[in-house]
Parts: sequence; structure tokens; C-alpha cells
Amino acid sequence: MSRPEPAQAAQAHERAARQRLSPARVLDIDPLIEDPQTRIIVCCGAGGVGKTTTAAALGLRAAERGRKVVVLTIDPARRLAQSMGIDSLDNTPRRVKGIDDSAGGELHAMMLDMKRTFDEIVEAHADPERAAAILSNPFYQSLSAGFAGTQEYMAMEKLGQLRARDEWDLIVVDTPPSRSALDFLDAPKRLGSFLDGKLIRVLLAPAKAGGRAGMKFLNVGMSMMTGVLGKLLGGQLLKDVQTFVAAMDSMFGGFRTRADATYQLLQAPGTAFLVVAAPERDALREAAYFVERLAAERMPLAGLVLNRVHGSGADRLSAERAVAAAENLEESRIVDQEDGKAGSRTSPGNSPSTYDSSESPARDEPGVSAGPADPVESTAPDEGSPADAERSVDRFTAGLLRLHAERMHLLAREQRTRDRFTALHPEVAVTEVAALPGDVHDLAGLRDIGDRLANNRPELPEPGA
Amino acid sequence: MSRLQVVSGKGGTGKTTVAAALALALATEGKRTLLVEVEGRQGIAQLFETEALPYEERKIAVAPDGGEVYALAIDPELALLDYLQMFYKMGGAGRALKKLGAIDFATTIAPGLRDVLLTGKACEAVRRKERSGRFVYDYVVMDAPPTGRITRFLNVNDEVAGLAKIGPIHNQAQAVMRVLKSPETAVHLVTLLEEMPVQETADGIAELRAARLPVGRVIVNMVRPALLDPADLELLGTVERSSVARALSSAGLGGARRGGHAERLVDPLLEQAREYAERYALEAEQRAVLEDLGLPLHELPLYADGVDLAALYQMARELRGQGVS
Repeated sequence: MSRPEPAQAAQAHERAARQRLSPARVLDIDPLIEDPQTRIIVCCGAGGVGKTTTAAALGLRAAERGRKVVVLTIDPARRLAQSMGIDSLDNTPRRVKGIDDSAGGELHAMMLDMKRTFDEIVEAHADPERAAAILSNPFYQSLSAGFAGTQEYMAMEKLGQLRARDEWDLIVVDTPPSRSALDFLDAPKRLGSFLDGKLIRVLLAPAKAGGRAGMKFLNVGMSMMTGVLGKLLGGQLLKDVQTFVAAMDSMFGGFRTRADATYQLLQAPGTAFLVVAAPERDALREAAYFVERLAAERMPLAGLVLNRVHGSGADRLSAERAVAAAENLEESRIVDQEDGKAGSRTSPGNSPSTYDSSESPARDEPGVSAGPADPVESTAPDEGSPADAERSVDRFTAGLLRLHAERMHLLAREQRTRDRFTALHPEVAVTEVAALPGDVHDLAGLRDIGDRLANNRPELPEPGA
Repeated sequence: MSRLQVVSGKGGTGKTTVAAALALALATEGKRTLLVEVEGRQGIAQLFETEALPYEERKIAVAPDGGEVYALAIDPELALLDYLQMFYKMGGAGRALKKLGAIDFATTIAPGLRDVLLTGKACEAVRRKERSGRFVYDYVVMDAPPTGRITRFLNVNDEVAGLAKIGPIHNQAQAVMRVLKSPETAVHLVTLLEEMPVQETADGIAELRAARLPVGRVIVNMVRPALLDPADLELLGTVERSSVARALSSAGLGGARRGGHAERLVDPLLEQAREYAERYALEAEQRAVLEDLGLPLHELPLYADGVDLAALYQMARELRGQGVS
């Protein structure tokens, strides 16, 4: 098994911590999406880690670099869907307007409509009369409206369809937010085991009894089973199920062939899986599970996309020093209030350590520029005294420092969870996407995410950028 | 107070954690709660730092004043066999069905049956009584599927009752719906102060109401502390870089002159504050959207280091303080 023993893992973790380990490998997005050999990219990961946004951003970036791309999303946020023009549910890829097509690329996007996809399969593979019978079957109607599992089948089915149309040279797929998020890998197998099972023959038996001589497997045990099922399900439901299964019988073979083909497609060299996560304990735990599961299924993993990674332009200032400095400012404010501008505000216990301590705290002329900036303390008749203004700047600066301390703690936590993942899976290439303060709902935002994905820069953008 | 408390929420909002905290919060004064997991993720076991839960109700925590929390991870296959045995005395037939692949079919492929079993088991626990006539569990808290699926999940029995028009499944489905649509049940939604989860919460509530399922509370999870007050935020737009540099310098962080250490900290620190301000404004917007929903609104703080047992008990205390029990 690929998972190291706990002791080994702990040792690896320690080693990693000692080396201030950054990911063993960096995932380079651009070569991946530019390579004409890459035909399918599957984004998978736990719910709420930015899977859909990542898929959309990758699609946009690939299109703007000259590829003809279709993005299959499962359940996009409304405003993101609107921005791509795919908020209408018609189950066909729509061309996304407003992209930079100077490199000759195109972006198409669609949102999966489970029921439509299912209906289309029925319509395409059964004669009209039989199709009508299936579509009006109550059992079918419930099934296709999306009970557990249907979404996974249909996502794979749609992927197979898009690939078969051969109109795009890159398909980017978002995966359903499944209960166990890799259900889509099991879909073909489950269908297979159902089709191989005896149950289907029991269900088919009464329907076939009329026309065919295929009754020989309907022994006494089987008819008892139909009896049990009938008792359990109620006669009407059993009949609906039987009619449904009988009507679908001719199509099941096709279902299965396509499901198997899609599964093989996923294992093929042109496919790349990206596991998407955020630098949080649970999300990375799930990501590790995905990595292991994909390896077990021999699915080609391109790497890990780590979203919402925080950085700091002032990361040389530690949390501890920031808090100490904030305390200095807050204390000196009290001192100031007591006896004006008394003495040094630098308490002796806090000599700078990471910064050059020979550089003494040099204060320019007090009061020269403290005046204009004080919209808060307007209680004083003359726009607030310089001392008041300075006190509020001190308090403000203390706030900045405390904010920074929080940020540094966050950075340290993210680093720890990431290191843990890297220690367990050093083979997995990682790209980090810097956190944004808000949500993405337009192409510009997606483009920005694409840049962040490709540049792999965890730092904040340059101030003022 | 509803005896079946269903906790849903968008993926990533911490609904399992909130469900566990709620189960602890409701276990006051010797009360007994059952925390039910339906998605087979063993999230409860991880949270309570115990080994994986079997399909068996077992005590996992004791509340400070003597209440007890039991937990159950429902396995659909075992639930089906259980159910066959309980309702139809069909243990043997169940085994035969299993051999046939029918159990697999029922729990993974057949529409909704899996969900029927999960909701059915939870409702059975709600209704179960001791010989004395007292309910075995005062409250049942369900860590339910995410917001996008919750209405369909809870409503599945309606659908099934419509499919199976007669027979034991029909009757069972109707009995479950009677519990789920009554004031015996409350569906709570967990969210974050972010756009997508809030949007999903609003959509989820609309769907639940349309299906006449009882909506309970909205619980905002992982609320970050306010680090800059309104006066600070106002100053952010007008403050002089040089005065911040001097303040940093006076706090012992190096020179305030151009190129000095303190001076070089100003831009990154102000940038972080601007990000904070932007997020703060977004959060205020989302909070307003939630307040407009007209439901009891609760907030739980962010536990930055992740939720361990201690944090779970604090969350439970917080929920009690906010009057959920």
C-alpha cells in the first residue's frame, strides 16, 4: 500500500518540518493545459473547496491559450453560471462570449442536467414507442430526477458523449459533490454488477415469460423471490420496476459498454486528474484519500490544486513580534494620555530580532504629518489635536499588527497541514492558489484565478496591484 | 421543541461539527440524545476521537451535567436487513435477497430506497420508547446530506409512497413523512458568511418550505473575530503612510524613514487591512441576507486550530447560551 506506516509518516513529517519543506514537486499548469495530448482534465475533491471555479478557470485559461475547450460543470454557483452564459439548463455546451480568442481558442461551457441526459439516452437508443413507455414509467421518472448515484452516472455519460463528438480538443470536467466524492468512479462497476446479478433476471422473468422460452432459469427459488419483492415493494411498484427493466433491457448493454469505455477513457494517457483542496485539515485529509483511491484505480493524477492559500508581504515579521509591537503601541497610548508625549515608546523587552537592530526607531518631526489623517476624532473643535490624531494612528497601527499576527498564525497552520500532506504524498505535484477576499463571478475573476493557478505564487499580489 | 433535529448545510460549512455540538447542547440535565450519521464518512468518530462507529448505537460523550450523547452511523445495507427483520420477520429472506444482489440494488441503485432506509431509521429512533413509555432518546440529531440534496432526501418517502401505492413500503413511507412534516422535526441549515453558502441556504429554505418541511434555525459557523473596529476601517482610507511608519517605528519595528524596516512594513500591512475590510464588508452583506430570512439566527466562532473535543464542548456551551436547548 502506498500509505506509509504511521511511524514512518511521523518521521517523514519531522524531516519535512526540519527542512521547511515546500512541495517536492511543483505542478506546472500551463504545460498541462497547452499539451495537445491532454484531452480530458477531471477536477475532483471534497465539497466547498472551489472545484467548479477551478474547472472554469482552467478551461478559460486553456481557451485563451489557443485550445478548443468545453467545460462540463455539475452545480455551479448561480452568478458564475450567469457570467459564462450557462445559467439556462439546456444540457448542451454554449459558447462563452467575451474571452480573448486571439490565440484561436474557443471556450464552451455547459451545466449538467441529469434528467435531460438520461432522457436523451433513452430517446437515442430505443425506438420511439419503447422510449415513450420508458419516459412515462413512474419508476424511471423518479430514477432520472436524480436520486443518489444518478448524477454520477450521468456525469460520466455526458463526458463520454462530449468526447465522442470530438468537437473539442480539451474537456474539463467538474465532478459531483458526492457523498463519497469518488462515486463517479464506481458508477460503471455498480451498473455492471447489477447487470451481472441474478436480480435483473428475476425482474425480467415475468415480462419475458410471455414471449420467450428463456424461462429455464426461473426456478422455484426465483419465483419465491418475486413473491418477496412483491410483498416488499407492493404489486404496483414491482410491476413498474419490471416494466422499466424490461423496456430498458435492450439498452442496458449499451449503457454498460459506454460506462466501461468512459472508465477506460479516464485511465487513458490523455486524461489528467486534478485533486482540488484547501489548506485545511479535513479538505486535505479527503485529498489524500482521493490520491490513494486514484492510484488504486490506476487513474492518471496530474497533481493537487491547493486553493485559498494565504500569504503575507510582511512574512518576515513574526506573529509574536507583531503582537508585542501592538502591545507597545497600546501601552504607550495610555502613557501618552497620562503624561503627554513622555519618553520612549519602545519598551526594553522588545528589541528587534529579525530586523536590523542597529537601526534605531527614528521618529521624524512629530506633528508635521499627523494632522490631516483623523476623520474619527472630530469632537475636538479644531479637527482634533495632533496628539489625538497620533493616538488614533497608534491604535490603528496596533490593529494592523494584530491582523498581521492572525495572518501569520494562519500561514503557519496552512503550512503544517500542507506539510503533512506532502510528507504522506511527496510524489504529488502541487500548485497553490492565493486566497481572494471574495467570490469569483466573472471572466476577469476566472482569468485571475487562472493566472494564480499557473504562476503558483502563494504570496499576495504586489501592494497596489 | 422538535425531537428530530436535522442539520444540513453546504459542503465545507462544518455541518457535522455543528450537528455534534447540537447533540451535546441538547443533552442537558440528564437528557439523552442520539447523533445519527447518514453519509458513511465516519466524521462523528473523527470528531469525538474514537474508532470508526459500527452500525450500533453507542455512547460517545457525556455532557457536563450528566446528559448523554449516543451515536449511530447508519449503514444502508444493514439497515435494510434490520428493517426486513423488524417489520416483516424476513431475516432469512433478507439473506436470500442479499445473495441475489437485491440488497446491493436496493441500497445503491434503486431510486431513493437508500434514502428511505436512512430517514426511516432516524424516525424509528425518534419514536422508540422504553417499556416505561418514556422515549429512549429525548432528541435525535441527524448529520444530514448537504443543502443541495436535503429536500429530496427528506421528501423521498413522499416520492416512494407515490410509487409504491400499497404495501408495507407505502405504509412505512407515509409513517416517516408524518414525522418529518410535523413540528416533531426541525431542519437547521449551517452556513458561512460567504456568498455561495448563503445563497444555497436561501435556496434550500425556499425548497424546504415549498415541500412543507419544517425549517428550524440558521447557524452561521466559523465566524471570524473582528480585529479592526469601524474607526480603524474608516482610517484605512485616509491614513498617511508616513504616520503609520512612525507608529511602527515607535513600537520598536525599525526605522520609519523611506527604506527603513518599519517603513517597508507599511504597504503589506495596509494591504492586509484592505483585504480584511473587503471581506468584512462582504460578511456584513451576507449577514444582512441571512437576517432577511426571518429565522432564528445563531453564530458560532471560528476555532482557528480546528475543532477538537474541547472546542466541541465550547460550541455546545455557545449554542446553549444562545437558547437552542
